[in-house]
Amino acid sequence: MVQMEYYLIVSTIMMFVGIYGFLTRRNLLAMLISVELILNSVDINFVVFNRFLFPGQLEGFFFSLFAIGISAAETAVAIAIIINIYRNMRNIQVKNLNKLKW
Amino acid sequence: MDYSAIFTYMYTEIALIGVTVAALLYDLIAGRRGRKYFHGIMCGVLLLFIGATVFPYHKETAEIFGGMYIYSPISGVVKSLLAIGTLLVFLQADKWLGQKDTEIKRGEFYVLTLSTLIGMDFMISAGHFMMFFIGLELASVPMACLVAFDKYKHNSAEAGAKFILSALFASGLMLYGISFLYGTTGTLYFDDMTAGIDGSALQILSLVFFFTGLGFKLSLVPFHLWTADTYEGAPTAVTSYLSVVSKAAAAFALMVILIKVFAPVVEYWQALLYIVIILSITIGNLFALRQKNLKRFMAFSSISQAGYIMLGVISGTPYGMTTLIFYVLVYMAANLAAFGVINTVEQNSGGKVGMDDYNGLYKTNPKLAVIMTLALFSLAGIPPFAGFFSKFFIFAAAFEQGFHVLVFIALINTVISLYYYLLIVKAMFINRNDAPVATFRSDGSTRISLLLCLAGIIILGLASCIFDGINLYTFGI
Repeated sequence: MVQMEYYLIVSTIMMFVGIYGFLTRRNLLAMLISVELILNSVDINFVVFNRFLFPGQLEGFFFSLFAIGISAAETAVAIAIIINIYRNMRNIQVKNLNKLKW
Repeated sequence: MDYSAIFTYMYTEIALIGVTVAALLYDLIAGRRGRKYFHGIMCGVLLLFIGATVFPYHKETAEIFGGMYIYSPISGVVKSLLAIGTLLVFLQADKWLGQKDTEIKRGEFYVLTLSTLIGMDFMISAGHFMMFFIGLELASVPMACLVAFDKYKHNSAEAGAKFILSALFASGLMLYGISFLYGTTGTLYFDDMTAGIDGSALQILSLVFFFTGLGFKLSLVPFHLWTADTYEGAPTAVTSYLSVVSKAAAAFALMVILIKVFAPVVEYWQALLYIVIILSITIGNLFALRQKNLKRFMAFSSISQAGYIMLGVISGTPYGMTTLIFYVLVYMAANLAAFGVINTVEQNSGGKVGMDDYNGLYKTNPKLAVIMTLALFSLAGIPPFAGFFSKFFIFAAAFEQGFHVLVFIALINTVISLYYYLLIVKAMFINRNDAPVATFRSDGSTRISLLLCLAGIIILGLASCIFDGINLYTFGI
C-alpha cells in the first residue's frame, strides 16, 4: 500500500503551487484555478488523515465532502463576478483592476 | 434524538431562515407595486425579530446535534447585537435601493444580507470546525455578491473580484490549518480537540494558518490589503455592513475558538496577537492620515479599530469578553452613524465621498455635520461619549493581564487617530467652500437610523446597566 507520506507530499506541493500561482498569475481565471488547487490539497489532506490515522471514523471524509461543495459555491460566485468584469472591461487581466488603489 | 431541543435552543437561526425564505418568496410574487412596501415590511419584520430575541431565553449552555451547535447565553447576546446592526443598515439602505437601476434588485439585497446574518449566527455558536467553516462561508459568499451589487459600475465589480479572490485564498489557508489540526488530534469538535493540543510545531503552524482565515474577515494587518479597495468600491450600505456586523461576528468567534480550542498554547496565540495588534493599530492609523476619500478613510479607521477590538481577545478572560462585546456595540453605533451620514450625503449629492466635498457641510446641513462630529468623537474616544468608556474598559481588560506596553502603544495611537478624525471635523466646520453640498432633507428611515445611532453614542457609555447586563452573561464563556 502507498504510504501516507507520499499523499502528503503531493498535497503539500499542490498547496504551494496554488499559493505561487495565486501570487504570480495575472489573469483572474488563472488565479481562481490556483485557489482551487489550494482547496483541493486540503481535501486530500483530510481524506488521507482519516484513511490512515483514524480509520474508525468518518469526520475527515465528511469535512472534505462539505469543503468540495462549498468551494463549488464559492467558485460559482467568483466566476459570476469575473464574467461581470469581462462585460464591463472586455478582458479579465488583473492590470485593468486599477481604479481602486492607495 | 429529541427534536424539541433544536427549536428550544436554535430559535434565532430558525426564525432568521424563516424570514429569509419569506423575503425570497415575497420578492418573487411582489412585482413593481409590491416592492414599494418591501422596505417597510422588511424593517418591521426584523424589528419584530429583534424584539423577540433580544434577550437570551435560556440561562444555561446547551449542546445540540451532538455538540456541533452550542447554545450559550452570551452568543445569544451577540446574535441580537448583529441583528440590530443589520436593521440599522437596512434603514440606511432605502434611498440607495430605490434608485432606478437597483430598484428591481431590492429583494436580493435583503435576502443576501439575511443569509450572511444566518451564516454569522451559525459561526458564532459552532461547536465543530465543520459547522464553523460552513457558517464562515455562508457569511462571506453572499457578502461577495453584495459587494459586487452595483454590477454596472466598474468600482463595484472590481471590489467584488478583489474581495472574493482574497476570501477564497484566506479560507483555503484556514482549511489547510484545520486539516493539520485534524491530523494531529483526530477530532474536529472544539471540546475534544483541546485535549489533543500539545503545542507541537505542526499545531503552531496550523494555529497561524487558522488565524489567517479570521484575520482576513477582521481585516487585521497582514491580511488587510483587500479592505480599502473593497470598502471604497462597494455600495456604501454594504460597506457599513461589512465594517461593523461582519467584524463583530468574526471577533467573537475568534475569541471563543482561541479560548476554547487553543487554551493549551495560550502563550503562542498571545504572542501572535500582540504583534498583529500593534501592526493593525499603527498601520491602520498611518494610512488613514493620507486618505482623501471618506470611504477609504473609514476603511483604514476600521482596520485600526479592529486592532483595538483584539485587545479584548488577547486578555482571554470573561471580563475581556464583556469589554469586547461592549466595544463592538459602541463601535457599531458610532461607525453606523458615520456611514449613515456618508451614505445620505452620497445619495443626495450625486455621489460625493471625497473629503474636500465635505468642506462647509456645517453651513448647509448642520444636523448631519453634528451627527458626524459626535460619531467621530466617539470613534476617537473623547470622554462624554460612549467611545471613551469602551476604549477605557478594553484597555483595562488587557492591562489587567499584564500587557502594559501594548496598552501604552494603543494609547499613543489613540492620539494619532484623534488627529485624523478631527481633519474631517475641521473640513465640515472650518474649511471654506464656494460650492458646498446643497441643503437636502434625508429620507425618513435614514433619519430614524441616525437618531438611533446618536442615542447609542450618547447613552451607551453613560448607562452603566448595559455593560453590567452584558457582564451577567459572560460567565464561563
